[in-house]
Amino acid sequence: MNREQKDYILNFLEKGIRFDGRKLDEYRPIKIETGFSENAEGSARVIIGDTIVLAGVKLSVEEPYPDTPDKGTMMINAELMPLSSPDFEPGPPAIQAIEIARVVDRGIRESGSIDTKKLCIKKEEKAWCILIDICTLNDDGNLLDASALAVIAALQDTKMPSYNGKVVDYKKKTKETLPLNLKKIPTSCTVSKIGNHFIVDPVPEEEEKVEARLTVEVEEDGTLCALQKGGDKPLTAEDIDKIVGIGIEKSKELRKFL
Amino acid sequence: MGKLLVEDKTIVTPGEELAEGMDFLPAEGTFRDKDKIIASGLGLVNINGRVIKTIPVAGRYAPKKGDTIIAKVTNILMSGWILDIGSAYSAVLSVKEAKDFIRRDEDLTRYYNIDDYIVTNIVMVTSQKLVDASMKGPGMRKLIGGRIIKVNSNKVPRIIGKKGSMVSMIKNATDCSITVGQNGIVWINGSPENEIIVVKTIKKIEQEAHISGLTDRIKTFLEKETNKKINIEKVE
Repeated sequence: MNREQKDYILNFLEKGIRFDGRKLDEYRPIKIETGFSENAEGSARVIIGDTIVLAGVKLSVEEPYPDTPDKGTMMINAELMPLSSPDFEPGPPAIQAIEIARVVDRGIRESGSIDTKKLCIKKEEKAWCILIDICTLNDDGNLLDASALAVIAALQDTKMPSYNGKVVDYKKKTKETLPLNLKKIPTSCTVSKIGNHFIVDPVPEEEEKVEARLTVEVEEDGTLCALQKGGDKPLTAEDIDKIVGIGIEKSKELRKFL
Repeated sequence: MGKLLVEDKTIVTPGEELAEGMDFLPAEGTFRDKDKIIASGLGLVNINGRVIKTIPVAGRYAPKKGDTIIAKVTNILMSGWILDIGSAYSAVLSVKEAKDFIRRDEDLTRYYNIDDYIVTNIVMVTSQKLVDASMKGPGMRKLIGGRIIKVNSNKVPRIIGKKGSMVSMIKNATDCSITVGQNGIVWINGSPENEIIVVKTIKKIEQEAHISGLTDRIKTFLEKETNKKINIEKVE
Protein backbone atom coordinates (compact mmCIF):
# COMPACT_ATOMS: atom_id res chain seq x y z
CA MET A 1 0.00 0.00 0.00
CA ASN A 2 2.82 2.37 0.85
CA ARG A 3 4.52 2.17 -2.54
CA GLU A 4 1.19 2.36 -4.25
CA GLN A 5 0.35 5.50 -2.31
CA LYS A 6 3.53 7.16 -3.50
CA ASP A 7 2.75 6.50 -7.16
CA TYR A 8 -0.72 7.72 -6.42
CA ILE A 9 0.49 11.04 -5.01
CA LEU A 10 3.04 11.39 -7.82
CA ASN A 11 0.21 10.90 -10.29
CA PHE A 12 -1.50 13.87 -8.70
CA LEU A 13 1.62 16.01 -8.77
CA GLU A 14 2.23 15.21 -12.45
CA LYS A 15 -1.07 16.93 -13.18
CA GLY A 16 0.00 19.93 -11.14
CA ILE A 17 -2.50 19.48 -8.34
CA ARG A 18 -2.10 18.34 -4.79
CA PHE A 19 -3.73 15.64 -2.74
CA ASP A 20 -6.27 18.14 -1.42
CA GLY A 21 -6.75 20.16 -4.59
CA ARG A 22 -4.24 22.94 -3.96
CA LYS A 23 -1.53 24.12 -6.35
CA LEU A 24 1.99 22.84 -5.72
CA ASP A 25 3.16 26.08 -4.11
CA GLU A 26 -0.01 27.02 -2.32
CA TYR A 27 -0.41 27.26 1.44
CA ARG A 28 -3.62 26.29 3.16
CA PRO A 29 -5.50 29.21 4.77
CA ILE A 30 -3.39 30.73 7.54
CA LYS A 31 -4.81 32.39 10.64
CA ILE A 32 -2.82 33.98 13.45
CA GLU A 33 -4.30 35.01 16.78
CA THR A 34 -2.15 36.75 19.39
CA GLY A 35 -2.62 37.30 23.09
CA PHE A 36 -3.90 33.81 23.50
CA SER A 37 -2.64 33.09 27.00
CA GLU A 38 -3.26 35.35 30.00
CA ASN A 39 -0.26 34.19 31.98
CA ALA A 40 2.36 34.33 29.27
CA GLU A 41 4.07 37.60 28.45
CA GLY A 42 3.31 36.96 24.80
CA SER A 43 1.46 34.22 22.99
CA ALA A 44 0.06 33.30 19.63
CA ARG A 45 -1.97 30.57 18.02
CA VAL A 46 -1.33 29.73 14.40
CA ILE A 47 -3.79 27.73 12.34
CA ILE A 48 -2.71 26.42 8.94
CA GLY A 49 -5.52 24.30 7.54
CA ASP A 50 -6.15 21.86 10.39
CA THR A 51 -2.70 22.25 11.93
CA ILE A 52 -2.81 24.23 15.16
CA VAL A 53 0.29 25.38 17.03
CA LEU A 54 0.45 27.48 20.17
CA ALA A 55 3.55 29.45 21.19
CA GLY A 56 4.12 31.25 24.47
CA VAL A 57 6.85 33.61 25.65
CA LYS A 58 7.93 33.84 29.29
CA LEU A 59 10.53 36.29 30.58
CA SER A 60 12.73 35.95 33.61
CA VAL A 61 15.74 37.76 35.02
CA GLU A 62 18.83 35.55 35.12
CA GLU A 63 22.56 35.85 35.35
CA PRO A 64 24.03 36.12 31.83
CA TYR A 65 26.35 33.40 30.52
CA PRO A 66 30.03 34.10 31.28
CA ASP A 67 31.00 34.20 27.56
CA THR A 68 28.32 36.79 26.75
CA PRO A 69 28.22 38.90 29.91
CA ASP A 70 26.38 41.81 28.27
CA LYS A 71 23.65 39.87 26.48
CA GLY A 72 20.32 38.37 27.36
CA THR A 73 19.50 34.82 26.34
CA MET A 74 16.81 33.04 24.40
CA MET A 75 15.68 29.46 24.65
CA ILE A 76 13.12 27.59 22.57
CA ASN A 77 11.47 24.36 23.54
CA ALA A 78 8.97 22.45 21.46
CA GLU A 79 6.55 19.85 22.68
CA LEU A 80 4.62 17.53 20.40
CA MET A 81 1.53 16.87 22.46
CA PRO A 82 0.14 13.33 22.24
CA LEU A 83 -3.32 14.84 21.71
CA SER A 84 -2.22 16.37 18.42
CA SER A 85 -1.42 13.15 16.55
CA PRO A 86 -1.61 9.40 17.18
CA ASP A 87 2.11 9.23 16.34
CA PHE A 88 3.23 11.40 19.25
CA GLU A 89 3.95 9.80 22.61
CA PRO A 90 4.33 11.41 26.00
CA GLY A 91 7.81 11.45 27.55
CA PRO A 92 11.13 13.06 26.69
CA PRO A 93 11.12 15.15 23.49
CA ALA A 94 11.38 13.14 20.28
CA ILE A 95 13.84 13.92 17.48
CA GLN A 96 11.12 15.75 15.57
CA ALA A 97 10.39 18.06 18.52
CA ILE A 98 14.08 18.82 18.99
CA GLU A 99 14.41 19.60 15.29
CA ILE A 100 11.48 22.01 15.33
CA ALA A 101 12.83 23.83 18.37
CA ARG A 102 16.35 24.06 16.96
CA VAL A 103 15.34 25.21 13.49
CA VAL A 104 13.05 27.92 14.82
CA ASP A 105 15.73 28.94 17.31
CA ARG A 106 18.39 29.12 14.60
CA GLY A 107 16.28 31.34 12.37
CA ILE A 108 15.68 33.89 15.10
CA ARG A 109 19.20 33.73 16.52
CA GLU A 110 21.08 33.99 13.23
CA SER A 111 18.86 36.72 11.82
CA GLY A 112 19.73 38.87 14.82
CA SER A 113 16.14 40.00 15.05
CA ILE A 114 16.32 40.18 18.85
CA ASP A 115 18.76 42.81 20.12
CA THR A 116 20.11 40.68 22.96
CA LYS A 117 22.38 43.50 24.19
CA LYS A 118 19.30 45.52 25.11
CA LEU A 119 18.08 42.61 27.20
CA CYS A 120 21.02 43.06 29.57
CA ILE A 121 20.03 44.89 32.75
CA LYS A 122 23.40 44.90 34.51
CA LYS A 123 26.56 43.50 32.95
CA GLU A 124 27.65 40.10 34.29
CA GLU A 125 24.81 40.13 36.81
CA LYS A 126 21.34 40.47 35.41
CA ALA A 127 19.75 40.03 32.00
CA TRP A 128 16.37 39.09 30.65
CA CYS A 129 16.04 35.48 29.57
CA ILE A 130 13.41 34.74 26.92
CA LEU A 131 11.84 31.31 27.24
CA ILE A 132 9.68 30.29 24.32
CA ASP A 133 7.48 27.22 24.35
CA ILE A 134 5.97 25.70 21.26
CA CYS A 135 3.05 23.39 21.81
CA THR A 136 1.26 21.54 19.04
CA LEU A 137 -2.50 21.23 19.41
CA ASN A 138 -3.21 19.41 16.16
CA ASP A 139 -0.86 17.95 13.58
CA ASP A 140 -2.15 18.08 10.03
CA GLY A 141 1.29 18.51 8.48
CA ASN A 142 3.82 21.32 8.24
CA LEU A 143 4.46 21.80 11.95
CA LEU A 144 7.80 23.48 11.18
CA ASP A 145 6.39 26.51 9.36
CA ALA A 146 3.45 26.79 11.74
CA SER A 147 5.78 26.76 14.76
CA ALA A 148 8.08 29.38 13.25
CA LEU A 149 5.12 31.67 12.53
CA ALA A 150 3.70 31.14 16.01
CA VAL A 151 6.99 32.00 17.70
CA ILE A 152 7.46 35.18 15.67
CA ALA A 153 3.88 36.26 16.34
CA ALA A 154 4.27 35.54 20.05
CA LEU A 155 7.53 37.53 20.22
CA GLN A 156 5.83 40.50 18.59
CA ASP A 157 2.96 40.19 21.04
CA THR A 158 5.25 40.17 24.09
CA LYS A 159 4.94 42.93 26.71
CA MET A 160 7.66 43.21 29.33
CA PRO A 161 6.51 42.61 32.91
CA SER A 162 7.35 45.29 35.47
CA TYR A 163 10.68 44.83 37.25
CA ASN A 164 11.77 46.83 40.28
CA GLY A 165 15.38 45.65 40.38
CA LYS A 166 14.69 42.73 42.68
CA VAL A 167 11.53 40.87 41.75
CA VAL A 168 9.55 40.62 38.54
CA ASP A 169 5.85 41.36 38.91
CA TYR A 170 4.26 39.18 36.25
CA LYS A 171 0.78 40.47 37.04
CA LYS A 172 1.73 43.98 35.96
CA LYS A 173 2.60 44.25 32.30
CA THR A 174 4.29 47.39 31.01
CA LYS A 175 3.76 48.79 27.52
CA GLU A 176 7.35 48.06 26.63
CA THR A 177 7.92 45.42 23.97
CA LEU A 178 10.92 43.21 23.30
CA PRO A 179 13.86 44.86 21.50
CA LEU A 180 12.99 43.39 18.11
CA ASN A 181 14.39 44.46 14.79
CA LEU A 182 11.27 44.07 12.68
CA LYS A 183 13.16 44.22 9.38
CA LYS A 184 15.27 41.23 10.35
CA ILE A 185 12.49 39.01 11.58
CA PRO A 186 12.75 35.69 9.71
CA THR A 187 9.93 33.78 8.08
CA SER A 188 10.33 30.09 7.53
CA CYS A 189 9.17 28.20 4.47
CA THR A 190 9.73 24.47 4.18
CA VAL A 191 9.89 23.17 0.64
CA SER A 192 9.54 19.40 0.18
CA LYS A 193 10.64 17.33 -2.75
CA ILE A 194 8.59 14.35 -3.97
CA GLY A 195 9.83 12.86 -7.23
CA ASN A 196 10.78 15.86 -9.33
CA HIS A 197 8.20 18.12 -7.76
CA PHE A 198 8.62 20.79 -5.14
CA ILE A 199 5.73 21.44 -2.80
CA VAL A 200 5.08 23.66 0.21
CA ASP A 201 2.86 23.03 3.21
CA PRO A 202 2.43 19.23 2.89
CA VAL A 203 -0.43 17.33 4.54
CA PRO A 204 0.46 14.16 6.49
CA GLU A 205 -0.24 11.89 3.50
CA GLU A 206 2.31 13.84 1.49
CA GLU A 207 4.73 14.25 4.40
CA GLU A 208 5.10 10.47 4.60
CA LYS A 209 6.27 10.35 0.99
CA VAL A 210 8.65 13.34 1.12
CA GLU A 211 12.11 12.38 -0.12
CA ALA A 212 13.91 15.52 0.97
CA ARG A 213 12.96 18.86 2.43
CA LEU A 214 14.73 22.13 3.00
CA THR A 215 13.57 24.79 5.43
CA VAL A 216 14.45 28.25 4.15
CA GLU A 217 14.39 31.14 6.60
CA VAL A 218 14.69 34.62 5.14
CA GLU A 219 14.68 38.18 6.41
CA GLU A 220 12.46 40.86 4.94
CA ASP A 221 14.98 41.94 2.26
CA GLY A 222 15.47 38.34 1.13
CA THR A 223 18.68 37.63 3.05
CA LEU A 224 18.96 33.98 3.98
CA CYS A 225 19.45 33.47 7.70
CA ALA A 226 19.06 29.73 8.18
CA LEU A 227 18.64 26.48 6.27
CA GLN A 228 17.76 23.04 7.48
CA LYS A 229 17.78 19.91 5.35
CA GLY A 230 15.65 16.89 6.22
CA GLY A 231 14.60 13.63 4.59
CA ASP A 232 16.59 10.64 3.37
CA LYS A 233 17.45 11.59 -0.21
CA PRO A 234 20.10 14.09 -1.28
CA LEU A 235 19.43 17.43 -3.00
CA THR A 236 21.43 18.62 -5.99
CA ALA A 237 22.76 22.17 -6.32
CA GLU A 238 20.01 22.99 -8.85
CA ASP A 239 17.40 21.63 -6.45
CA ILE A 240 18.66 23.92 -3.71
CA ASP A 241 18.64 26.89 -6.08
CA LYS A 242 15.04 26.20 -6.96
CA ILE A 243 13.97 25.60 -3.36
CA VAL A 244 15.57 28.80 -2.09
CA GLY A 245 13.82 30.65 -4.91
CA ILE A 246 10.44 29.22 -3.86
CA GLY A 247 11.25 29.90 -0.21
CA ILE A 248 12.02 33.58 -0.80
CA GLU A 249 8.91 33.97 -2.94
CA LYS A 250 6.65 32.31 -0.39
CA SER A 251 8.13 34.17 2.57
CA LYS A 252 6.73 37.40 1.14
CA GLU A 253 3.30 35.83 1.36
CA LEU A 254 3.85 34.60 4.91
CA ARG A 255 5.14 37.97 6.03
CA LYS A 256 1.77 39.55 5.29
CA PHE A 257 0.27 37.59 8.19
CA LEU A 258 2.70 39.00 10.76
CA MET B 1 -50.47 1.43 30.91
CA GLY B 2 -47.10 3.14 30.71
CA LYS B 3 -46.47 6.78 30.17
CA LEU B 4 -44.14 8.49 27.71
CA LEU B 5 -42.07 11.24 29.33
CA VAL B 6 -40.55 12.69 26.14
CA GLU B 7 -41.81 13.47 22.68
CA ASP B 8 -40.61 11.82 19.51
CA LYS B 9 -37.47 13.37 17.94
CA THR B 10 -36.40 15.43 20.94
CA ILE B 11 -32.74 15.51 21.92
CA VAL B 12 -32.01 13.69 25.16
CA THR B 13 -28.91 13.44 27.34
CA PRO B 14 -27.61 10.30 29.09
CA GLY B 15 -29.60 9.51 32.21
CA GLU B 16 -32.78 11.21 31.06
CA GLU B 17 -35.97 9.26 31.76
CA LEU B 18 -37.81 8.46 28.55
CA ALA B 19 -40.79 6.40 29.62
CA GLU B 20 -42.44 4.72 32.57
CA GLY B 21 -44.09 1.33 32.64
CA MET B 22 -43.28 -2.18 31.55
CA ASP B 23 -45.10 -2.03 28.23
CA PHE B 24 -42.33 0.01 26.57
CA LEU B 25 -39.26 -1.77 25.28
CA PRO B 26 -35.71 -0.35 25.43
CA ALA B 27 -33.72 -0.57 22.17
CA GLU B 28 -30.35 0.90 21.11
CA GLY B 29 -29.05 3.74 23.25
CA THR B 30 -31.50 3.10 26.11
CA PHE B 31 -31.78 0.72 29.05
CA ARG B 32 -34.38 -0.32 31.60
CA ASP B 33 -34.06 0.56 35.27
CA LYS B 34 -36.92 -1.08 37.18
CA ASP B 35 -40.01 0.28 35.43
CA LYS B 36 -38.31 3.22 33.73
CA ILE B 37 -36.58 3.48 30.39
CA ILE B 38 -33.48 5.69 30.52
CA ALA B 39 -31.30 7.11 27.74
CA SER B 40 -27.69 5.91 27.74
CA GLY B 41 -26.38 8.27 25.07
CA LEU B 42 -26.84 11.73 23.64
CA GLY B 43 -29.19 11.64 20.69
CA LEU B 44 -32.60 11.99 19.12
CA VAL B 45 -35.41 9.92 20.58
CA ASN B 46 -37.11 7.60 18.15
CA ILE B 47 -40.39 6.04 19.26
CA ASN B 48 -41.68 3.25 17.10
CA GLY B 49 -44.82 1.77 18.64
CA ARG B 50 -43.66 0.32 21.94
CA VAL B 51 -39.98 0.40 21.06
CA ILE B 52 -37.92 3.38 22.21
CA LYS B 53 -34.40 4.06 20.98
CA THR B 54 -32.03 7.01 20.65
CA ILE B 55 -30.22 7.83 17.44
CA PRO B 56 -26.77 9.19 18.27
CA VAL B 57 -25.85 12.64 16.88
CA ALA B 58 -22.12 12.24 17.54
CA GLY B 59 -19.63 9.72 18.82
CA ARG B 60 -17.42 7.00 17.49
CA TYR B 61 -18.56 3.98 15.57
CA ALA B 62 -20.08 1.13 17.56
CA PRO B 63 -19.68 -2.20 15.74
CA LYS B 64 -22.91 -3.93 14.82
CA LYS B 65 -23.53 -7.39 13.36
CA GLY B 66 -24.13 -7.28 9.61
CA ASP B 67 -22.36 -3.95 8.99
CA THR B 68 -20.17 -3.70 5.92
CA ILE B 69 -17.19 -1.63 6.92
CA ILE B 70 -13.77 -0.57 5.66
CA ALA B 71 -11.01 -1.68 8.00
CA LYS B 72 -7.25 -1.35 8.16
CA VAL B 73 -5.02 -4.34 8.90
CA THR B 74 -2.92 -3.49 11.95
CA ASN B 75 -1.41 -6.83 12.91
CA ILE B 76 -1.03 -10.40 11.71
CA LEU B 77 -1.72 -13.35 13.98
CA MET B 78 -0.94 -17.05 13.63
CA SER B 79 -4.43 -17.62 12.34
CA GLY B 80 -5.76 -14.33 11.14
CA TRP B 81 -5.53 -10.56 11.03
CA ILE B 82 -6.29 -7.80 13.52
CA LEU B 83 -8.31 -4.98 11.99
CA ASP B 84 -8.67 -1.36 13.01
CA ILE B 85 -12.35 -0.61 12.45
CA GLY B 86 -12.33 3.02 13.60
CA SER B 87 -14.01 2.07 16.85
CA ALA B 88 -12.92 1.60 20.44
CA TYR B 89 -12.66 -2.12 19.71
CA SER B 90 -10.61 -3.93 17.10
CA ALA B 91 -11.91 -6.77 14.97
CA VAL B 92 -10.39 -10.13 14.12
CA LEU B 93 -10.50 -11.65 10.67
CA SER B 94 -9.76 -15.36 10.93
CA VAL B 95 -8.09 -17.28 8.05
CA LYS B 96 -11.22 -19.41 7.89
CA GLU B 97 -13.17 -16.29 6.98
CA ALA B 98 -10.79 -15.21 4.19
CA LYS B 99 -11.91 -15.30 0.55
CA ASP B 100 -9.89 -18.36 -0.46
CA PHE B 101 -8.84 -21.47 1.40
CA ILE B 102 -5.50 -20.76 3.07
CA ARG B 103 -3.15 -23.65 3.86
CA ARG B 104 -1.74 -23.98 7.35
CA ASP B 105 1.84 -22.88 6.62
CA GLU B 106 1.16 -20.07 4.20
CA ASP B 107 2.46 -16.52 4.51
CA LEU B 108 -0.56 -14.46 5.52
CA THR B 109 0.97 -11.19 4.29
CA ARG B 110 0.39 -12.47 0.73
CA TYR B 111 -3.32 -12.02 1.29
CA TYR B 112 -3.66 -8.94 3.48
CA ASN B 113 -0.60 -7.11 4.73
CA ILE B 114 -0.25 -4.56 7.50
CA ASP B 115 -1.64 -1.13 6.47
CA ASP B 116 -3.86 -2.64 3.76
CA TYR B 117 -7.46 -1.46 3.71
CA ILE B 118 -10.17 -4.07 3.19
CA VAL B 119 -13.92 -4.05 2.76
CA THR B 120 -15.25 -6.54 5.25
CA ASN B 121 -18.40 -7.66 6.97
CA ILE B 122 -19.01 -7.89 10.70
CA VAL B 123 -20.41 -11.34 11.45
CA MET B 124 -20.43 -11.30 15.21
CA VAL B 125 -20.15 -8.86 18.11
CA THR B 126 -20.12 -10.50 21.54
CA SER B 127 -21.33 -8.82 24.71
CA GLN B 128 -17.66 -8.32 25.57
CA LYS B 129 -17.27 -6.47 22.26
CA LEU B 130 -15.09 -9.08 20.59
CA VAL B 131 -15.70 -8.38 16.94
CA ASP B 132 -15.39 -11.02 14.22
CA ALA B 133 -15.12 -10.04 10.58
CA SER B 134 -15.54 -12.03 7.40
CA MET B 135 -14.54 -11.66 3.76
CA LYS B 136 -17.20 -14.09 2.54
CA GLY B 137 -19.89 -12.60 0.37
CA PRO B 138 -20.10 -10.22 -2.58
CA GLY B 139 -18.16 -6.97 -2.54
CA MET B 140 -15.71 -7.98 0.18
CA ARG B 141 -12.24 -7.22 -1.10
CA LYS B 142 -8.87 -5.63 -0.58
CA LEU B 143 -8.79 -1.99 -1.68
CA ILE B 144 -6.08 -1.15 -4.17
CA GLY B 145 -5.16 2.44 -5.04
CA GLY B 146 -7.47 5.33 -4.34
CA ARG B 147 -7.70 7.30 -1.16
CA ILE B 148 -9.30 6.87 2.23
CA ILE B 149 -11.19 9.61 4.05
CA LYS B 150 -12.83 9.45 7.44
CA VAL B 151 -16.22 10.90 8.29
CA ASN B 152 -18.49 10.82 11.31
CA SER B 153 -20.05 7.34 11.25
CA ASN B 154 -23.40 8.76 12.41
CA LYS B 155 -23.63 10.70 9.13
CA VAL B 156 -23.08 7.64 6.94
CA PRO B 157 -26.83 7.11 6.24
CA ARG B 158 -26.99 10.66 4.83
CA ILE B 159 -23.96 10.08 2.60
CA ILE B 160 -25.50 6.91 1.23
CA GLY B 161 -28.97 8.42 0.96
CA LYS B 162 -32.27 6.63 0.45
CA LYS B 163 -31.49 3.33 -1.27
CA GLY B 164 -28.06 4.66 -2.14
CA SER B 165 -29.41 7.66 -4.05
CA MET B 166 -26.91 10.20 -2.73
CA VAL B 167 -23.81 8.12 -3.30
CA SER B 168 -24.91 7.03 -6.76
CA MET B 169 -25.55 10.67 -7.65
CA ILE B 170 -21.95 11.51 -6.67
CA LYS B 171 -20.67 8.47 -8.57
CA ASN B 172 -22.54 9.44 -11.73
CA ALA B 173 -21.45 13.05 -11.55
CA THR B 174 -17.76 12.34 -10.99
CA ASP B 175 -17.10 8.89 -12.51
CA CYS B 176 -15.32 7.86 -9.32
CA SER B 177 -15.73 4.53 -7.60
CA ILE B 178 -16.83 5.11 -4.02
CA THR B 179 -17.24 2.61 -1.21
CA VAL B 180 -18.79 3.85 2.02
CA GLY B 181 -18.20 1.75 5.12
CA GLN B 182 -20.75 1.84 7.94
CA ASN B 183 -17.89 2.83 10.24
CA GLY B 184 -17.40 6.16 8.46
CA ILE B 185 -14.36 5.22 6.40
CA VAL B 186 -14.86 6.05 2.73
CA TRP B 187 -12.72 4.85 -0.16
CA ILE B 188 -12.61 6.91 -3.34
CA ASN B 189 -10.87 6.10 -6.58
CA GLY B 190 -10.95 8.09 -9.80
CA SER B 191 -9.10 10.85 -11.61
CA PRO B 192 -7.34 13.39 -9.37
CA GLU B 193 -9.68 16.33 -10.13
CA ASN B 194 -12.82 14.29 -9.61
CA GLU B 195 -11.58 12.74 -6.39
CA ILE B 196 -11.16 16.21 -4.93
CA ILE B 197 -14.74 17.05 -5.89
CA VAL B 198 -15.94 13.87 -4.18
CA VAL B 199 -14.03 14.72 -0.98
CA LYS B 200 -15.49 18.24 -0.98
CA THR B 201 -19.01 16.89 -1.55
CA ILE B 202 -18.79 14.31 1.21
CA LYS B 203 -17.44 16.90 3.66
CA LYS B 204 -20.34 19.17 2.69
CA ILE B 205 -22.87 16.39 3.31
CA GLU B 206 -21.25 15.64 6.66
CA GLN B 207 -21.51 19.29 7.70
CA GLU B 208 -25.02 19.92 6.45
CA ALA B 209 -26.59 16.51 7.12
CA HIS B 210 -29.12 17.90 9.57
CA ILE B 211 -30.41 20.75 7.35
CA SER B 212 -33.36 19.82 5.17
CA GLY B 213 -33.20 19.97 1.38
CA LEU B 214 -29.81 18.26 1.39
CA THR B 215 -30.18 16.36 -1.88
CA ASP B 216 -31.05 19.49 -3.87
CA ARG B 217 -28.19 21.45 -2.38
CA ILE B 218 -25.72 18.67 -3.10
CA LYS B 219 -27.08 18.41 -6.64
CA THR B 220 -26.52 22.10 -7.37
CA PHE B 221 -23.11 21.90 -5.70
CA LEU B 222 -22.09 18.96 -7.89
CA GLU B 223 -23.45 20.65 -11.01
CA LYS B 224 -21.40 23.74 -10.26
CA GLU B 225 -18.24 21.75 -9.55
CA THR B 226 -18.43 19.40 -12.52
CA ASN B 227 -20.25 21.69 -15.00
CA LYS B 228 -22.58 18.82 -15.82
CA LYS B 229 -26.34 18.52 -15.68
CA ILE B 230 -27.47 15.91 -13.20
CA ASN B 231 -30.75 14.05 -13.37
CA ILE B 232 -31.84 12.42 -10.17
CA GLU B 233 -34.30 9.62 -10.16
CA LYS B 234 -36.72 10.21 -7.33
CA VAL B 235 -36.67 7.44 -4.77
CA GLU B 236 -39.93 7.21 -2.94
